[in-house]
Amino acid sequence: MPNGAVAAHGEHQNHHPALQHHFEDLEQQHEASTLGMWLFLVTEVMFFGGLILAYTLYRIWYPAAWALGSEELNIYLGGFNTVVLIGSSLTMALAVRSAQTGARRATVGWLLFTMSLGLTFLVVKFFEYKEKFELNHVPGPNFRFEGAESPHVQIFFSLYFALTGVHALHMVIGFVLLSVIATMAYRKRFSPEWYTPVELAGLYWHFVDIVWIFLFPLLYLVDRSHRIV
Amino acid sequence: MSGHISPKTTYYTIFGALMACTALTVGAAFVNLGDLNFPVALTIAIFKATLVILFFMHVKYGTRLTWVVVLGSVFWLGILLVLTLGDYLTRSWLTFG
Repeated sequence: MPNGAVAAHGEHQNHHPALQHHFEDLEQQHEASTLGMWLFLVTEVMFFGGLILAYTLYRIWYPAAWALGSEELNIYLGGFNTVVLIGSSLTMALAVRSAQTGARRATVGWLLFTMSLGLTFLVVKFFEYKEKFELNHVPGPNFRFEGAESPHVQIFFSLYFALTGVHALHMVIGFVLLSVIATMAYRKRFSPEWYTPVELAGLYWHFVDIVWIFLFPLLYLVDRSHRIV
Repeated sequence: MSGHISPKTTYYTIFGALMACTALTVGAAFVNLGDLNFPVALTIAIFKATLVILFFMHVKYGTRLTWVVVLGSVFWLGILLVLTLGDYLTRSWLTFG
């Protein structure tokens, strides 16, 4: 520890070790951190918003292709993953709550539970992708789909892979993030006075959940009952 | 630090509501509502997202500034969607002479 820097602050002993000096108190610091996280999430909303805009536009142009493409997706796997991901949001919220009340073991436990649900989601997604490769439904030179709508169905699958791929990438990042937070919690880094990283990781995880709440109906469900062709 | 601590029952209730909405949206997908399938699915998704934002993400107990940022993201997303779709979907109207 740099002794000179500490000596320059006479009251250093009197405040919480997590408090940074440019903040009045921990509450102000927590509010600033939360606000920063939300601003980041706004950029994420715009990022996914652009892709969803492309999805919406092409859906309006090629409704028949959208009905065909959406029927190819496995509603049971998609629905299972929706339950898994919303469940992981519940366990994440309980992890944050445990950190708030200072229940260290429960915090670590709920975080590990959340991570295993996240992993379950990714494993299911892997098998969904694998099936698409086997059926040649992956856009590119090997794409094959019967019927006149084939080129437009390829656009549907391009957006399917772009949206779910970027979402899965966020899940992987979230998984790594939670492993760091779980390690910190295990090492007694958090207390009811300071648990900001747990809360912020929670915000990120819930955001990724919200993205899926929109992707599931848009990709798997919405055109299921419209057999135009 | 005085962060709001929600009772566990709140989280379980919200989870139950989210599950019920998921069942509803899956059920609605198998009924042909014509043009209404899309708005119905979107409305349920927006409702679910609102529950997550308010209770899981603690915005209900957040500062006024957090509210401004959250509503700001919705507003900016609205600009992105409305203006772009407003352009593309009205181009065919321009069929003069």
